[in-house]
Amino acid sequence: MALATLPVLKSQDHPTLANVFAADEDRAHWHDGALWFVRQKRDRQANSVPEWEQLRELASQIKEHAIANVAEYLEKFESNASALGAVVHWAADAKEHNEIVLKILRENHVQRIAKSKSMLTEECHLNPYLEKNGIEVVDTDLGEWIVQLRQESPSHIVLPAIHIKRQEVGETFHEHIGTPEGNSDPEFLAHAARHHLRQKFISAEVGITGVNFAIAETGGFVVCTNEGNADLGASLPNIHIACMGIEKIIPRIEDLSVFTRLLARSATGQPITAYTSHFHGPRPGGQMHIIIVDNARSDIRSSPDFHRSLHCIRCGACMNTCPVYRRSGGHSYSNAVPGPIGSILAPALEPEKHYSLPYACTLCGSCTDVCPVKIDIHHQLLTWRRELAGKKIIPYSKRLAMKFTSVLLRNSWMYKLAGAIGRTGLRWSPRWIVYNPLNVWGKGRDLPEPPRESFRAQFAKHKSEQHRVEGNHTSSSNSSSSNGKAH
Amino acid sequence: MQPINASRKSILNKLRSQPLPSNPLPEVIHGNWLRFKSPIEQLGNVLRSVGATCESLTDLESVRAKLQSYPEFSDAKRVLSQIPEIPGNVTLENVERPHDLEDVDFLIVRGEMAVAENGAVWVTDKDLKHRVAYFINQHLIMVVRKADVLHNMHEAYARVKFSGPGFGCFISGPSKTADIEQSLVIGAHGCRTMQLYIVD
Repeated sequence: MALATLPVLKSQDHPTLANVFAADEDRAHWHDGALWFVRQKRDRQANSVPEWEQLRELASQIKEHAIANVAEYLEKFESNASALGAVVHWAADAKEHNEIVLKILRENHVQRIAKSKSMLTEECHLNPYLEKNGIEVVDTDLGEWIVQLRQESPSHIVLPAIHIKRQEVGETFHEHIGTPEGNSDPEFLAHAARHHLRQKFISAEVGITGVNFAIAETGGFVVCTNEGNADLGASLPNIHIACMGIEKIIPRIEDLSVFTRLLARSATGQPITAYTSHFHGPRPGGQMHIIIVDNARSDIRSSPDFHRSLHCIRCGACMNTCPVYRRSGGHSYSNAVPGPIGSILAPALEPEKHYSLPYACTLCGSCTDVCPVKIDIHHQLLTWRRELAGKKIIPYSKRLAMKFTSVLLRNSWMYKLAGAIGRTGLRWSPRWIVYNPLNVWGKGRDLPEPPRESFRAQFAKHKSEQHRVEGNHTSSSNSSSSNGKAH
Repeated sequence: MQPINASRKSILNKLRSQPLPSNPLPEVIHGNWLRFKSPIEQLGNVLRSVGATCESLTDLESVRAKLQSYPEFSDAKRVLSQIPEIPGNVTLENVERPHDLEDVDFLIVRGEMAVAENGAVWVTDKDLKHRVAYFINQHLIMVVRKADVLHNMHEAYARVKFSGPGFGCFISGPSKTADIEQSLVIGAHGCRTMQLYIVD
């Protein structure tokens, strides 16, 4: 086999980046705890709704129906939105999406944008594209603004700055908007941001928002926020651009009765977001542009194994609960959508870049349990591993190890022998030999103490003991029944 | 416009070329949904938990009197009211640009309905010239009739209708953020306080 055909181990894979994050132990523990706190809030809200499981089932059915008939619903949405006065654009990929946005800005001779949270525009890298073209983009969600000022990317789809500590926010604000040095009080900093961003809202010429749900039946769409930034951004400037992936479509407005009950409870453990805004057409005298983006979603839909991942409503519950995400941080996924759901979506977009993500998973299934639309996330991650191994995208070292394990597990005498070597070797070898650099399992954790005997030996012993006990038991019960008779 | 149409066609063709098994749409309005012994009490509890206040009063005059008893309200410079019984001092029809509402202290409006399960109050821009008024004020006062307090979102969406261009929003509590270390801060970009009054 020619070495040149083997994929080179990428330095930016998940384990490498996770190591960087985990190296700061205090921060990793703090991050873990912050997300677990959100998970617990989610549980309290979910438990307060007796029909929670029924809602999940309904949401799953609605999404399944909507994605199966997505072409019809998108056309219906387009014609209804156009009738309301909106202009509907279609973008095959990220590049076309960005070009459409720029074209709208150029045609209207505007260049100041107040943007609210949209993971789609993160996925398309809209901000750097616009900035390169001389446009001023301000991310107005507080978390997104913090990461924008720090020239980072969001590490979570709902909590973009969850990886940043208050002291760091204080330093960033001191540097950029002149808050007093050393002040890291969240309330003070948030109000400073409110004050500063108000001026950005007032001077903005365009508002860009994402879309949580696009309603085919009415041609309108819904945006959910807590801060009210999407509403200020969409209600002050004359031009509103809304960017949506094709999977955001829902058939009927009443379907929102299910999704609004699930979304915020799953995302942040709130009964509902502070603002659930329903936009139908432009304001009198204003413009509304809706950009419908594919960007490989149609490929995912064509896959019998992964099309259900398009049901995702981007609540982030799978991230908050994931033991790997909580301990490795969102940036270790190198994708706009990190965590379990991102690990399904990302390899579909760029398998070579994201091959390591389906392995960033213990297959514990917690993500599947909390998913409000019942996506079988951990099953799909397992399926990805099979697919990637088949495509020979994962590194040779990992494939070789799996081949070796496969032979070992299929061969009874080899398995026995390996067990015996392991039990004896682990007990007697010095620590530096067991925890050698090749033992990746021994990084950051101790192996369990090896048992004295193999499971086989224990089982055989147990069985023969049981035989003895059963033999005794039979005779004693015989004697008691005979006693009974005698009585 | 040519390339835009080309993408439209190719996206729709690609989606149509791969048929997926389809299931019927489920019923979501009628069902055995969460209901409360006292929806008004539940509504108040939820709103207080999200940083708002909620009070039942007999009529609009009592709401007016109550508001007047707050110095922040009686001393407020600009009050925009959509309820004639509780007059303000900003006439929305005379406000040309939405930006000119920047210094509005209080907005007083009617909510069409309020939902007990999550404290959401439904408002629209039907009679509101600048919908930004809902978001740009410092303090939001809403009034909902007792008969319009519903149990859950299914009852609410049975009533939500759009038959033309328009804007509607479920508002639940003041704007908030927890983006700095998950510390809840009330007053992000929208209103800093929200009060709901239920009247007969």
